[in-house]
Amino acid sequence: MPTTKSLYGRRLPGYAIATAIVLTASIGLAFFYAPIEADQGFSQKIFYIHVPLAIVTLGGFIFGGIFGIQYLRSGDTRHDLRSYTAIHQGLIFCIGALITGSIWGKAAWGQWWVWDEPTLVSFLIVFLLYCTYQPLRFSIEDPERQARYAAVFAVVAGAFVPINFIAVRLASPLIHPRVLSSSGDSLPGDMRIAFYSALVGVTLLFITICKYEMSSKHSRAQLAALRRSLGGDGDEPAAARSAAPRIALK
Amino acid sequence: MSAARPPSVLSATRAVLYKELTLERRAPQTLTAMALFCASAFVIFHFALGRNEVEGALAAGVLWVTLALAALLGIGRSFVADREEGGLDGFLLAPAPRTALLVAKATTLLIFLLIIGFFASVIFSVLLLGPTPNASQWASLALLIVLADLGIALVGTLIAGIAIQTRARDLITSILALPLLIPLLIAVTKASEPLLTVGGGTLAWRWLALLGLYDLIFGLLAYALFDYLVED
Repeated sequence: MPTTKSLYGRRLPGYAIATAIVLTASIGLAFFYAPIEADQGFSQKIFYIHVPLAIVTLGGFIFGGIFGIQYLRSGDTRHDLRSYTAIHQGLIFCIGALITGSIWGKAAWGQWWVWDEPTLVSFLIVFLLYCTYQPLRFSIEDPERQARYAAVFAVVAGAFVPINFIAVRLASPLIHPRVLSSSGDSLPGDMRIAFYSALVGVTLLFITICKYEMSSKHSRAQLAALRRSLGGDGDEPAAARSAAPRIALK
Repeated sequence: MSAARPPSVLSATRAVLYKELTLERRAPQTLTAMALFCASAFVIFHFALGRNEVEGALAAGVLWVTLALAALLGIGRSFVADREEGGLDGFLLAPAPRTALLVAKATTLLIFLLIIGFFASVIFSVLLLGPTPNASQWASLALLIVLADLGIALVGTLIAGIAIQTRARDLITSILALPLLIPLLIAVTKASEPLLTVGGGTLAWRWLALLGLYDLIFGLLAYALFDYLVED
């Protein structure tokens, strides 16, 4: 008998409220507290959303890989669901980072796409690689094998990200603004507060959306299980082929 | 009668490698297809670029794009015979270590890629390449081909192992392999560029280091992950 309590949705309202508060505050800080940047003017404000999106994207891909390793080690399908969700949402955030980067490029350099901008080019390559995650999952029918192969992909792609950044950076001159240098003095104090609050806000948004997706998938699996237990076996049509992980209810 | 001991990685690798090379020797499909592909691609480049001779960055690009796409053909064929004829099931039934399959497949692919790499370089220098490289530049190019082909063979075997179990095998091979090979192609084209320029240049060590790093990382990954791909 499936349990009626969703494990994933428990902390969702708390995360959603925290996200709304921190994101609103960070937008307020970015527009009304942080000073206008002397060199680039108002267009630099997009940096408060572009850079957090990019950082959170990479974080999502790295966690996708870590959950992939955990799935391969344990065979626990919950890790597969976490890996899938992190990569799925990471891909969406990656599109956001590419679009905002492109807009910033237009404002700063007058072009929608700049090839000698290594970070943006690296993001495009990483995006192209992670775009194959869903087709790969979709083309494997057996859920167990799908999860295993997707985990292998997540680990390989996770290791690919840093070597790709090294290769692209070596191949192009540096013009990307280094907002967080190792000395940490490239960002004035009031800009730094606005930036870090935006980073926390976007991270919370990512976690909230991931939790939402996982709880939605979990609820749907519970609903299907309840339907099956009411209608008896064989009444439900066979599950359609899907890229999403199949959830095994205890 | 004593109980048979399971074969070591080395002997199992040797057996699979022998089988692969024998298959290709008896019915040379993959190598001929890759060689023809390279020659046709150079002819297409001649007309598409509208040039009789190329040099420098353009030459490096033409050579390595052709070799990378030819490698996709080899990667795509890597496990097909085993899958269709049941060789993969036979291997899994045998008490041989799975690593042997990875090593044998990667070595086979590496041998194919090296043959095609040297064949294509010679054809390329005859058909399209403007400047004539000297002996040391040929040696540097050979070193690049070896390092790049090692990386392509490792990544390619991993991808072929993934793609063989999917429905859309050819599609998955191409869309997975190309982005994964981008860092390798960046390094190898940048490194080849001075070797294919009039007046010539020398090999930059940072690109060799990057190629070595790429080979090392994906070699370790392939070794660590390949067992999960051939579990059933």
